[in-house]
Amino acid sequence: MLTADRIIAASLMALSAYFMWHATALPIGWNGMTGGPGGGAFPFWLSAIMFVMAGAIILRSFGQARRDTGEPFFDQDTLRSVVLVVIALVVTVALMPWAGAYIALPLFLFWYLKVFGNHGWTLTMILTIATPTFLFFFFEVTLKILLPKGFTEPYFIPLYARFF
Amino acid sequence: MTNIFTRRIAMAAAASLALTAALPAAAENWKPQKPVEMVIMAGQGGGADRLARLFQSIIQKENLSSMPILPVNKGGGSGAEALRYLKDKQGDNHTIMATLNSYYTTPLRTDIGVNIEEFTPVARMALDTFVLWVNADSDIQTLDDYVAAVKASGGSWKMGGTGTGQEDSLVTAMLQDEFDIDVTYVPFKGGGDVAKNLVGGHIDSSVNNPSEALGFYQAGKLRPIAAFTPDRIEVFPDTPTMTELGHELVYSMQRSFVAPAGMAPEAVAYYTEMFEKLNASEEWQTYTQEKALMPDFLTGDDLQSYFLDERAKHADLLKTADGESS
Amino acid sequence: MELLGHLADGFATSLSPLNLFIVLIGVTAGLFIGAMPGLGSVNGVAIVLPITFIVPPSSAIILLAAIYYGAMYGGAVSSILLGIPGASTAVATTFDGRPMAQQGKAGLALIAAACASFVGGTISVILFTLFAAPLADVALAFGPAEEFALVLLAFTTFVGLGGDDVLKTIIMICLGLALSTVGLDLISGQPRLIFFDQPGFYSGISFLVLAIGIYGIGEILYTIETQKTAPQVTPAKLTFTDLWYGIKEINKLWKTMSFGSIMGFFVGMLPAAGATPAALMAYGIAKLTSKKSDQFGKGAIEGVAAPETANNAASTGSLLPMLTLGIPGSPTTALLLGGMVMWGLVPGPMLFIEQPDFVWGLISSLYTANLAAVLVNLALIPLFVWALRMPFTVLCSIVFILCIVGGFAPSQKMHDVWLIVGFGVFGYILRKADYPMAPLVLALVLGPLMEKSFRQTLISEQGNVMAFVERPLSGAFIAISVVFFLLPMLKHFKRWFGRGTAATN
Repeated sequence: MLTADRIIAASLMALSAYFMWHATALPIGWNGMTGGPGGGAFPFWLSAIMFVMAGAIILRSFGQARRDTGEPFFDQDTLRSVVLVVIALVVTVALMPWAGAYIALPLFLFWYLKVFGNHGWTLTMILTIATPTFLFFFFEVTLKILLPKGFTEPYFIPLYARFF
Repeated sequence: MTNIFTRRIAMAAAASLALTAALPAAAENWKPQKPVEMVIMAGQGGGADRLARLFQSIIQKENLSSMPILPVNKGGGSGAEALRYLKDKQGDNHTIMATLNSYYTTPLRTDIGVNIEEFTPVARMALDTFVLWVNADSDIQTLDDYVAAVKASGGSWKMGGTGTGQEDSLVTAMLQDEFDIDVTYVPFKGGGDVAKNLVGGHIDSSVNNPSEALGFYQAGKLRPIAAFTPDRIEVFPDTPTMTELGHELVYSMQRSFVAPAGMAPEAVAYYTEMFEKLNASEEWQTYTQEKALMPDFLTGDDLQSYFLDERAKHADLLKTADGESS
Repeated sequence: MELLGHLADGFATSLSPLNLFIVLIGVTAGLFIGAMPGLGSVNGVAIVLPITFIVPPSSAIILLAAIYYGAMYGGAVSSILLGIPGASTAVATTFDGRPMAQQGKAGLALIAAACASFVGGTISVILFTLFAAPLADVALAFGPAEEFALVLLAFTTFVGLGGDDVLKTIIMICLGLALSTVGLDLISGQPRLIFFDQPGFYSGISFLVLAIGIYGIGEILYTIETQKTAPQVTPAKLTFTDLWYGIKEINKLWKTMSFGSIMGFFVGMLPAAGATPAALMAYGIAKLTSKKSDQFGKGAIEGVAAPETANNAASTGSLLPMLTLGIPGSPTTALLLGGMVMWGLVPGPMLFIEQPDFVWGLISSLYTANLAAVLVNLALIPLFVWALRMPFTVLCSIVFILCIVGGFAPSQKMHDVWLIVGFGVFGYILRKADYPMAPLVLALVLGPLMEKSFRQTLISEQGNVMAFVERPLSGAFIAISVVFFLLPMLKHFKRWFGRGTAATN
């Protein structure tokens, strides 16, 4: 737990340092001429506070060392599920621009329900088909928000002609 | 990474579309086959957004397009986001973009890798006008009063306007240059915000578009001092133009539509015709009169050369503006 | 009594059978749109706006008001059921709504939210009816300095609430504020913090992206990890007795609710502020003044009622500057403004004089829409509660899909969907390490307004920092903020020193 706490705090310090580096592209000081802080001042100094606070967390953790419960940060059994789901999400999102939402999203549903969730075929198929249908009618037809189609675009032209 | 992705996808999609579209459609009667995306170079709620959505409503109401026109706001980075997006849409026949003057100023101010010469011009709908305003409670009645008051303030005169580098700040820079005055420029999020702060007395003057200040003017809360137009504006018959007063200050905001590079000529023709009908519609004509817009319809090559002229003018203006602020 | 006459005329139109039917349709549609993570009243209004040019104007206003109210009620539904605030105004509702749902009291939380919204909506419409015109002047008195002071006040009422680790809370606030500066610097007109040169960052990081990532994806990942030991969502049941009990419970909260409504209306009325700070302040004040303040954050019914009254009241209040000054305070009111222009109406100071029919028609339809919204919402609560009884994996898969699509819908950029997944993982890990999430999300919402008004003030006052304290209104707000800041801080420090440097575990 303590090690994880330190690693996270250190990563936050790295993140704030990255922000600070970006912020220096604009003036970060107080300019009396134009009245007040420059464009980089807010992100820079806020990140600086973040940096200091994250450092303080690391320092504090040394004082707490003897009270460490030794409990692992991640539960090994369930971490596997979490990593699997995250990978599935990344694959789905990566597929969306290329294969379109109407291939990527049903694939995700199928994987999640059938493979990951161990649900029956009936439930899986109903949801895998019903959800994209609902999305099409709710988002595209009703709200007029087009979802990415990728190479499936031409197959939607007759649908557009019918429903718009 | 996503960038390369989307670009490749867009091209693939465009190619496959072109295939399906080319076969049945003769050049004469090209029609959009899917909803047309109308990219707006500004965020939700601003003047440009409202106008673009007005166009969309009229198109829908008068049934000028066979497919719905879907407005999408991409106002990030003063339009930089929209310009990059349009660049990635090369060859797409179903995307048009509503522009304003940041169409030239944004690529001039920051290098975003976009050359507006490559885009396809479609139609210019109107020129929006600028007027110098003060609070109606102030003693300023004429331009001379105004200049005197600003000079007397010793640089603490608060001029409100939209973001730095945008139209209002350019007009302000022109004013400063012409009259040799010095003002404190306070940027606000939008024209409506500027007008409200002027009425509330938080700033001393503004160069709002008439459409943003009209309501307050009618209620007697704001006073127009001079217009940055070639001729007097119909709704403010008593307000002189800068030219009348002997100062060559004319500035306007263009409201045009452009399309991505490489749009099929028949598609361009379709959209041009659509905007022509829109231009002729009664609603649009009444709107321009009420809101003091100058309807000035322009298409094709004329529009392109107008864009290029304006870009050159803005390059000079930006130089003056940067000179003033430093 | 001219007022009552006008109002009666308005009601005569809004109560016709056709218009009543329109109200029901609008409210139901709005409710479902609002309940989707990522979608809110702005989407609802955007789709019906073109339709309104076809139906007669009086019906059009009613339809818009109905969608507007429906979506506002709907926002609470996703906050409570899924823990994902559908709009920034509903963030505060998740603080106690989500714990209630986890304890199997989703039905009660939804009833509380619906009733509280109704009270907030009603009180504010009454205030609107009585004082619309004179109040416009109050809104005008608000310049950048006052805006800054108000945001500061909203922040401090909230900051004091954190029962968490002080260091981690400060980190999250700073991170949220830093993320809020991504995109364009309005004052200098320069882009800033464009990470990896991605054009998607030009428009900044939207609240919805962060909220869907953290509360949607992150929350489910967290639940997946812990579900093997303890299911997070207790199946809820709802009977008529429960409904009656819920309404009775709500009745006891009249003090919290009336305060929330009045404050919500006034804060919402200020063009820049809107409903989010209002909901936060209502929550913070309810917690400070409640006898059971230790229950807040663990499923206190007051913690749902307070922000819901305030955000509904504020949404009504935000119509005021739109109508009387022509200044939209939110994207939704901006669209409404656009619609009015299409109908040939000029919003602004003259509207009340020149177009009384329109104004009073609108006001009376607000009454009707609000009533219809509470009834439809109460009727649909069993359906919402039933949705929670789905097997966990089924519910999760659907929520994931809604997060992806809901994240894509507002700006239609894949960039935002990637950010959502990223924030989800980030939020999941930070949450496990006991970093509080609410300060991060709220800092992102309030950050831009805070920086903008701070710098605008300094520019107009030539760098004079004392301007904030010298102006009477902003000075008063700042004084109240300091009090709010010090009160809980004292408690905090006492605890901090009393217990040594504990708090991580």
